[in-house]
Amino acid sequence: MATEPLFVRQYASEPLYVRRFSRTERTLHWVHASAFLVLLGSGLVLYVPRLSELVGRRPLVKDIHFDTGLAWMLAIALVILLGDRRGIRRTLRELDAFDRDDRLWLRRIPRPQGRFNAGQKLNAALTASFALLFAVSGLLLWYGERNNSFRFASTILLHDGLMYVSVFVLVGHLYLALIYPSTKHALRGMTRGTVRRDWAWEHHRKWLESRQQPPNSDT
Amino acid sequence: MSAPADEPKLYGRRAFLGVSAVGLSSLFWGKPVWDGVSGALQPIRNALPASLVPSGWRIYTVAATMPKFEPASWRLRIEGLVDNPHTLTYAELRKLPRAEQVSNFHCVTGWSVKNVHWAGVRFRDLLAAARPRLDGTVLGFVSAEKPYFDTLTLKQAELHDAMLAYEMNGKPLAREHGAPARVVIPEMYGYKNVKWVERIVVLDQVQPGYWEERGYDVDAWVGRSNGY
Repeated sequence: MATEPLFVRQYASEPLYVRRFSRTERTLHWVHASAFLVLLGSGLVLYVPRLSELVGRRPLVKDIHFDTGLAWMLAIALVILLGDRRGIRRTLRELDAFDRDDRLWLRRIPRPQGRFNAGQKLNAALTASFALLFAVSGLLLWYGERNNSFRFASTILLHDGLMYVSVFVLVGHLYLALIYPSTKHALRGMTRGTVRRDWAWEHHRKWLESRQQPPNSDT
Repeated sequence: MSAPADEPKLYGRRAFLGVSAVGLSSLFWGKPVWDGVSGALQPIRNALPASLVPSGWRIYTVAATMPKFEPASWRLRIEGLVDNPHTLTYAELRKLPRAEQVSNFHCVTGWSVKNVHWAGVRFRDLLAAARPRLDGTVLGFVSAEKPYFDTLTLKQAELHDAMLAYEMNGKPLAREHGAPARVVIPEMYGYKNVKWVERIVVLDQVQPGYWEERGYDVDAWVGRSNGY
């Protein structure tokens, strides 16, 4: 029918959901997310005077914070090692490349987007570099306490600064994933792996088209 | 082939490498730059409600819980190589000659708090009644937070701005800052500024303190020790 939206006409015979994130990708996301939350919680207890006083047991909290950091690095390495490495490499290439539509999208000109929009690509790059910087500054804080030659006056400033920016970005991330009506369906992609076809059409059209067989072909 | 304008640009790796490079290099320029910028931010800080502005303090402790100050039962014991070992109550401590100062506080881990207003007793006045003997050249500070301990030479303790402080920024010392009394020696890093002092032992030689047993320098001069 002519009044129906375009995607209904094109994809009416297709299944309702499409797979957006692989098991490896989802595992990476949730390993990173849960480690971040434990690190943030224990870090804030170490950092905010009122929480430090309330909770006490600083040496224990310090151990929890440090060991969680190690567990996080180990878990990420394990997921990469045991997961779908070819898929990860493909995803990295996707995240790396900004085509013309991505560049226009960043200038707030609405353009059809791939599996990741340009903002998500930037968020991924930022998250990866912050992970690296958190790890380096955290290990320096730990080792500098034991060896003066690894003590830099700015290490703690970097670690704290990363925390402030990360919390800011996390709030935005949670808003888009849990509250903002038009984007929150994306959460399903990160929990079950699949998203609704009409939603993908709306938000990630180029991806949907590229994974689709030509709409009019007989299958 | 697509036209050059349609070639994907590898912004992802550029963003990753750029942010990582800025972050890593900030290990070498972060603090001086932040010190410059944070002065300029002071008007904004003053305009915000005090509860929203980070005080700059971090509360470092080594035991499970912080000591709790009970004014009625608290005592400060002064002993060791002295002619008159004795014990002060909180009221007696507050009756000793009062000194005030505004000084900066530097932690060896890199954070600082500027312009802290302290009130307390200079060590010379604090020790006068105990009468240290000639061989008593070092003060050992025993914290109620076990097993925290550190020493200062008498000479260091008699610097013009060293004191046993009982007030901070116009209020009795808060629990997390070492209530009711802590060492303040701005020329040295925070770990020499023992909190929750409950006993001062006059000694004839320096002993390694809590952090010094873990590798920190005994003489913790700000900017001239611990690898700086």
